[in-house]
Amino acid sequence: MSTATESLAERVRKDFPALAQAVHGKPLVYLDNAATTQKPRVVIEAITSFYERDCANVHRGVHLLSERATGRYEEARRKAQRFLRASDSREIVFVRGATEGINLVAHSFVKPRLRPGDEILITAMEHHSNIVPWQMVAEEKQARLRVAPITGDGELILEEFERLLGPRTRFVSVSHVSNALGTVNPVAQLVALAHARGIPVLIDGAQAAPHAPVDVGALDCDFYVFSGHKTYGPTGIGILYGKAAHLEAMPPYQGGGDMIRSVTFEKTLYNSIPYKFEAGTPHIAGAIGLGAALDYLQQLGMEHIAAHERELLQYATSALSQVPGVRLIGTARHKAAVLSFTMGDIHPHDAATVLDHEGIAVRAGHHCAQPVMERYGLSATLRASFGLYNTAEEVDVLIRALGRVREILG
Amino acid sequence: MSELKELYQQVILDHSRSPRNCRVMEDADAVAEGHNPLCGDQVTVYVKLENDRVQDISFKGNGCAISTASASLLTEVLRGKSRQEAEQIFRSFHELVTGGRPEGPGPELGKLQVFSGVSEFPVRVKCATLVWHTLKAALERVREKVSTE
Repeated sequence: MSTATESLAERVRKDFPALAQAVHGKPLVYLDNAATTQKPRVVIEAITSFYERDCANVHRGVHLLSERATGRYEEARRKAQRFLRASDSREIVFVRGATEGINLVAHSFVKPRLRPGDEILITAMEHHSNIVPWQMVAEEKQARLRVAPITGDGELILEEFERLLGPRTRFVSVSHVSNALGTVNPVAQLVALAHARGIPVLIDGAQAAPHAPVDVGALDCDFYVFSGHKTYGPTGIGILYGKAAHLEAMPPYQGGGDMIRSVTFEKTLYNSIPYKFEAGTPHIAGAIGLGAALDYLQQLGMEHIAAHERELLQYATSALSQVPGVRLIGTARHKAAVLSFTMGDIHPHDAATVLDHEGIAVRAGHHCAQPVMERYGLSATLRASFGLYNTAEEVDVLIRALGRVREILG
Repeated sequence: MSELKELYQQVILDHSRSPRNCRVMEDADAVAEGHNPLCGDQVTVYVKLENDRVQDISFKGNGCAISTASASLLTEVLRGKSRQEAEQIFRSFHELVTGGRPEGPGPELGKLQVFSGVSEFPVRVKCATLVWHTLKAALERVREKVSTE
């Protein structure tokens, strides 16, 4: 590994209090970043300082604390806008996470446009959160869910995707990066193909936003979602980006306070975007924490983070390939730092228990992507997913521990 | 012995690699399917009863070493046992793997003692007990069948 990128991880590790601990008497090696990431101290402090000094409701009080809370909440929105390079902060809606963002678009944008026989197109590598919401609206409106297939390497088959963009296709929803396979989809190209036929596109960026620069303007996508907790921010908060014209035209997702302009028992006038979609008291502390996380990432530089993780992926892929019995699941040419694999007949849960005792946190299971597992004839895999603070030494610890797995279970 | 070696004892590894009574039973009196949606483990239990005793028992499924070995040993231990005995063994087994204290003298667990290490691994308790819950469902189904006839 080059010293330049290695130094990024070495430099940032001290920022993450959770990384300094031992588990089962061994130094923690946290390789479950696709599930959730650890939080830097600046995020924890942003949340703490909100609760210690600025805790008040937003958009309503005339008192100082409410003014401060509102200021920090709206500042977080502008941070998310800059992070996604959106042109207007009104295009940034705070949601609970990528899942809620997808559900919001499914119910408020897609469902009203669906007629019986219409189609929604997704891919065979989606997380359950980008399958189930579409099944729900499709069933309700007697529409069809179409699935673009993938190759054995885990790459989307572009010709098939294009062929499935038919006269009845009303919407396309694709992941930017697959959580189970690590595949990076050519999303700009997919958006262009869909737009050429007048079909709007949502990109599920849950696994992409923490790892590489995202530019929603350049992608020209209609919607983009990501989760705060996978982006080194708090749980329970996420971002939905939507083109202003779409958001303006959409009915609200939920009714309540803050999303209204005026209410009488006869008629309610809705607030303007994005507030129309933020009913009830929002997760103010979460938004502020997420804003701190996005600042932190941008100060490090998303390009540098991407470069570091790319080197780590190369190093880990080659090391893992040399372990006897290891089969990598997901070998696309363009990948994020996610390694899904099996080890001969050893069940992933048993292997993960042994790895845990070596201090290593990995995911074992179907990764909320059962159709992907089925595609490969598996019920589960092991998954090591890397973040900006992971090092080549940690990859070495993983490889050594896999020897221990074989010793105990093999 | 380390906690891990205690968990993955030779008997467990042996049963997970060569599970006993791992077959579909076409003429079973009761069949139940168990599924752990969180980890994807899946098991089907087949039981044949005669005079309220387990005359034959088998399973099919896929899962980790703990769940496969648990299913395999369950079939060995329960053959010839009455329904009531089976329920008592399950109670004792559950206490064993959760580290609970038995409420009174329970049945001898015999071979099932190899699962004592599971109590040190709370997240793996469900692996050991899935097949037992499934068996319970199967036996209740027999009861339903009997009571409706």
